[in-house]
Amino acid sequence: MLLDALREQLHLTGTKKGCDHGQCGACTVHIDGQSALSCLTLAVMSEGRAITTIEGLARGEELHPVQEAFVKHDAFQCGYCTPGQIMAATALVQDRQQRSAAEIREAMSGNLCRCAAYANIIAAIQEAQRA
Amino acid sequence: MVENTGKPLDRVDGRLKVTGAARYSAEWDVPNLAHAAVVSSTVARGSVRALDTAAARAAPGVLAVLSHENAPRLQPLPEKVGGTLFRGEGGMTETRQPLQDTAVHYAGQPLAVVVADTLERARHAASLVRVTYAEQPPELTLKSVSQRSLPETFVGNKDEKLQVTVGDPKAALAAAPVRLERVYESAITHHNPIEPLATIARWEQRNGGEFLTLYDTSRGVENLQEVMATSLGLPKESVQVICPFIGGAFGAKGWLFAPPLLTAMAARLAGRPVKLEWRRQDMFSVAGQRAATHQTLSLGASRDGKLLALQHDTQTHASIMSGYTEPCARVSRMLYAVPNLGFSHQLAHLHLPSPCPMRGPGETVGGWALECAMDELAAELSLDPVELRLRNYADKNPETGKPWSSKHLRECYERGKALIGWDQRNPKPRAMREGNQLVGYGMATTMYPAARRPAEARATLFADGRALVQSATHELGNGAYTIFRQISADGLALPLERVRFELGDSALPAAPTSGGSATTATIGPAALEACRNVLTALKRLAIQQAQSPLHGAAEDAIEARDGRLVLKADASRGEDYAAILRRAKLPLVAATASVKPGEEREQYSFYSFGAVFVKVRVDEASGSIRLARLCAVYDVGRLMNPKTAHSQIIGGVMMGLGATLMEETQYDARTGRAVVRNLADYHVPSLADTPDITVEWLGIPDPHISELGARGIGEIGCVGTPAAITNAVYHATGQRLRSLPLTPDKLLRG
Ligand code: FES
Ligand code: FES
Repeated sequence: MLLDALREQLHLTGTKKGCDHGQCGACTVHIDGQSALSCLTLAVMSEGRAITTIEGLARGEELHPVQEAFVKHDAFQCGYCTPGQIMAATALVQDRQQRSAAEIREAMSGNLCRCAAYANIIAAIQEAQRA
Repeated sequence: MVENTGKPLDRVDGRLKVTGAARYSAEWDVPNLAHAAVVSSTVARGSVRALDTAAARAAPGVLAVLSHENAPRLQPLPEKVGGTLFRGEGGMTETRQPLQDTAVHYAGQPLAVVVADTLERARHAASLVRVTYAEQPPELTLKSVSQRSLPETFVGNKDEKLQVTVGDPKAALAAAPVRLERVYESAITHHNPIEPLATIARWEQRNGGEFLTLYDTSRGVENLQEVMATSLGLPKESVQVICPFIGGAFGAKGWLFAPPLLTAMAARLAGRPVKLEWRRQDMFSVAGQRAATHQTLSLGASRDGKLLALQHDTQTHASIMSGYTEPCARVSRMLYAVPNLGFSHQLAHLHLPSPCPMRGPGETVGGWALECAMDELAAELSLDPVELRLRNYADKNPETGKPWSSKHLRECYERGKALIGWDQRNPKPRAMREGNQLVGYGMATTMYPAARRPAEARATLFADGRALVQSATHELGNGAYTIFRQISADGLALPLERVRFELGDSALPAAPTSGGSATTATIGPAALEACRNVLTALKRLAIQQAQSPLHGAAEDAIEARDGRLVLKADASRGEDYAAILRRAKLPLVAATASVKPGEEREQYSFYSFGAVFVKVRVDEASGSIRLARLCAVYDVGRLMNPKTAHSQIIGGVMMGLGATLMEETQYDARTGRAVVRNLADYHVPSLADTPDITVEWLGIPDPHISELGARGIGEIGCVGTPAAITNAVYHATGQRLRSLPLTPDKLLRG
């Protein structure tokens, strides 16, 4: 699986394993710019495609606007679901549409956060899509 | 100097968390690491007749297969650790050590651990192990069980008796003009942190002896160090437990020790470091759970709503090898001024996995039962639910007679009413609609015990002007790195950027398991005291230095200000910390502190309080219940960081919402196997379930808990929310639902 290849072979542990069954979103990465669940993706299927993980989002010291907004709005607590949330959110905001809170609720419901930072995740995404 | 404590600062570990750089337990890059997979029991009761591991051992890449046949002999767990009773009825954890015999006590019990060079090969080999059982019919329900007990105390705490009678509740109930007896039931629920349990174990030779390093998802590194050392027959110094980040715990990851013990044994057998990551489905068998409860609430009152008697009797269950008892009367024992008070807890032993604390242990489901019964009583008396609570307001603890350390619950009710628009609602049930949905308002009181425990810390000032403060506490999303850095920076009179706070390592100064909403009240004062002690050491250095502007000054004439030691009377006379160290040719100066709560614990009763008001929408056609709005006001003392505190409180609220509307683990009634064992079937609240939430706090410091005035906030959000929602459903529909979770089928059944 792509998730195990990332974590165990490449030691890119920013991508998280929460369920291994496509049910929590913790393992979300971008494949060719679209968000994808790496626990349901075979590594061999991804050959020749561009994969971005949470480690590849910031430019050096400069955080991606979604990362900035997550910190500012305290859109996490334990931080374990956070890379997946941020990868899903960055894929969502890249079309530069201004989504309502209701639309964000719907679009992000596949990413579970047991710390339930949800209210702050909505605020962070709303700020990031204005950026 | 700007104070940091009390400021809504961004989390100092935020950057690590949003870039994927925070390292969780399964993520340590240990050389030569092997991987483990577990073979679990498919039956709930009986014994292993034969375990055929030949095919597994012959499979490619397999290094070892650990089972009861070759497992190292383990010593029994300690009876008590740090005052917490481990074993026996009412105790915290399992009596039985893993893989020491052939007995099977629940489905999903680990029977063997296969170690291989890769995870895939370990999993494949585990699938080749064949187990034959001598099966017996399991006991799986509270009603039909043959073994029951009446545990004396909750985890050995003398102040928390589980069978109590004050006055004569029986007679008072019989004589009461208004009486109400109701049964409330709650389902088994699971913590399900998004990070599953994981351990990496590494054995080495150090100083001529064995040394074990564990990277474990543990919110009790000291505790686990002691458990591992005792179980494996090692001196405590030969075990180190490391855990700088925990991906959520909520009561799990603290008190069940089979996972790290299995990993340590497997690593010893394989002769290599081993990682054991549990799968999501295993979280329903080895990670602990909140047990189901069956609670009978009896209230007796006068016609004008004065409580005359309260009796709260709980039946709950543990596993065969645990005596953990969900302490359901924690709210009933203290919330209302009632002269005749009784409660009991009856514990059944079932062939199910072991329970353990889960956010608001006892309070969440026990408080739900009490606050629902109070709502029923208010309806019976035609009283406003808030008014009924005010008529029974407790000015002192009704069980012990002690005064409260600080209680401002009246203000919480008032403010909460205003926020939700309580007086604007039509109080009649089934009287409010929006479109084709019924609308209801409900409220409940919430509380949480304000514990404080002994702890140690160390503060170090370096000659380059930086500082480090350390204590073996934990970061589990509670903001520990942030708030203890804030507190330490103030304690040292240094800017935040110059101070670091380290935690999550059993080699650091001792701290208790992070739980019971006690971390801030416990570690904060220890960090402050260590800071004071290191400044005292620095003052003494300066006083002795002939060239120091502070030479010869009296110690108490000197104070720390903006990174300098100066004379209180003349701040221009002084110098910065680094100058003193450089002159003394010292790279650093360090001091420790060991603090514990004092006599105030005997004098006062320490609790946080709050009032929760909600609005729900009910669709009677589908039976679905949605929480539309929640307004809650808390009296939790002074907050160290309102930003992280707000997150923690709404996180608690959402977990309360989950327990109320959706969370339930079912076990097959015949086989005892978990039927619900993944995140598609076990519903936790998602973004779509998030209501409009307004959370406020009074911000009144507790004058007695510590100099910081801070009580804990980890659990109070979870308590109260379930009853407020359930009472709102009654207001919306006229139906009393008395079984959690309030799933659509129950509403439709009526
Ligand atoms: S780990 Fe991939 S969705 Fe949960
Ligand atoms: S921040 Fe802990 S699970 Fe989302």
